[in-house]
Amino acid sequence: MSEVDERPAYDSLPLKPPSADNGLLAVFQRRYLLRLLVQREISARYQGSFLGLLWSYINPMTQFFIYWFVFGIIFNTHKSVPNFAIHLFAGLIIVHFFTESFSSGTQSIVRNKALVVKQAMPREMFPVSAVLVSFYHVLPQMLILLVACGLSGWRPDAVGMVAFVLALVIIIFIGTGCALLFSAANVFFRDFGNIVNVFNHFVRYGVTMMFPWAYVQERLGDHAGLFLLNPLADAVLLFQRAFWVGTASPEERAKIVMPDHLMLHGVAVLGISLLFLVVGQLVFSRLENKIPERL
Amino acid sequence: MTSSIVVENVTKTFTLRYHRTFREVTVAKARGHQTSEKFNAIDDVSFTVEQGEAVGLMGLNGSGKSTLLKMINGVMRPDQGTLLTRGRIAGLIATGAGFHQQLSGRDNLVLNAAILGMGERELRRKYDDIVEFAGLGRTLDAPVGFYSSGQKARLGFAVAIHVDSDIFLADEVLAVGDKPFRQKCVRKMKEIRASGRTLFYVSHSAASVEKMCDRVLILEQGRLGFDGDVTAGIKYLHYDGDDEQESDEEIGNDI
Repeated sequence: MSEVDERPAYDSLPLKPPSADNGLLAVFQRRYLLRLLVQREISARYQGSFLGLLWSYINPMTQFFIYWFVFGIIFNTHKSVPNFAIHLFAGLIIVHFFTESFSSGTQSIVRNKALVVKQAMPREMFPVSAVLVSFYHVLPQMLILLVACGLSGWRPDAVGMVAFVLALVIIIFIGTGCALLFSAANVFFRDFGNIVNVFNHFVRYGVTMMFPWAYVQERLGDHAGLFLLNPLADAVLLFQRAFWVGTASPEERAKIVMPDHLMLHGVAVLGISLLFLVVGQLVFSRLENKIPERL
Repeated sequence: MTSSIVVENVTKTFTLRYHRTFREVTVAKARGHQTSEKFNAIDDVSFTVEQGEAVGLMGLNGSGKSTLLKMINGVMRPDQGTLLTRGRIAGLIATGAGFHQQLSGRDNLVLNAAILGMGERELRRKYDDIVEFAGLGRTLDAPVGFYSSGQKARLGFAVAIHVDSDIFLADEVLAVGDKPFRQKCVRKMKEIRASGRTLFYVSHSAASVEKMCDRVLILEQGRLGFDGDVTAGIKYLHYDGDDEQESDEEIGNDI
């Protein structure tokens, strides 16, 4: 074994528990494996289907057209919301990113059962790679959004770009936290997989995607602040601040209503979502011990 | 001498659940039936393996061999006691775990190597050796779903055996390959032994344990029943019957 020479002397290696080195940090220490797992997931998800990767656009696009027709045309939201299509699509990107991370993340451990029960590796790897695969699907949607914004005379601004980054990071934190919590819980009771579907349904209507913030403020009045307690609603608003607000003409812009201190809210929510991620990791580590025997 | 596996008073408890759904649990509770039961799959086991030792782990089905191996491999953690290992662990345990049916043999090879802890550079260096060891020829480009169980096993072994390791674990695994491949594996395992790495070998085959190991551990319902010389251990297990030995060689179970 010629390789042995390059490695440290055996006596100098520490005695340690073989199951050590877990947690989110360990996941990023093994980036090569993470990259391969993400690639596998992306290429395997649509193998054997004729339209392939196109399916990940068909799904959000059909949702987009349904909402656009029902809320834009039937409920006549077009009239009061300038560039409603962009308002809607920006919201949809964030919502779709979250729901996809959440539902595929929840299934990730159970779906990779064969590996989880036989190989020692950071098990956070699976929820994390589910979130990354979802993120990969966001990129082409972003491209479509940028083209649409360009055609509507979008003028990017610095505050908007900060809002954009905040929104994505909030979703990554919350999405990973949820994926960690629920992927572990799903091992013990498969009921959690169903709860996710119910939850995702609320998400679609609990954010300003199909209706603007102006409606929320008008109908809820003083209680509108409660709406912002939902971190996903904040992320959607930040994302719309970045793209949709920039496409409005100056006179339209005067009419757009956004929550006060939106950026401040964004920073606070970022902190909360980071805290949530930490809690998710702690719970995951507690449950992890029992995962292989309960699968 | 440097110790490579230290096991001290390790206990692993499993909970057997008879009922899982809400309805079943309530019905059973109402009737006063037990809904779960605890048992120790590994019960207060202690031993130390020194560097370079070749240890055979034997025992009847359900005696806890796999559980112990999973704890040494780091998949499971002991509920009580401490289990420590030194250096990198690899081996013919769960070979081919996580093969993706729809991906080609090549893609699976790369992924499997990464799962077993190889880095990108290490893999690039060993890639050709692995391919040659597997000896699958052009089949390597076909999806793993089309492979026979033997071919899958070959691919899995080829990867596992090339991982640098200080402790090499082998579960009863060589049963599926054909004879030339099995011989190749035995040669490789002897090479591993000769290189001074620690070998931990689980088997039912007295003949192969005798050939490969210089110490044997025997588990009986989760307890360590015997720890010592190989020949005495095989006697202890009553595996030294004459029929046994012959059929062992004949079927060539593993090794």
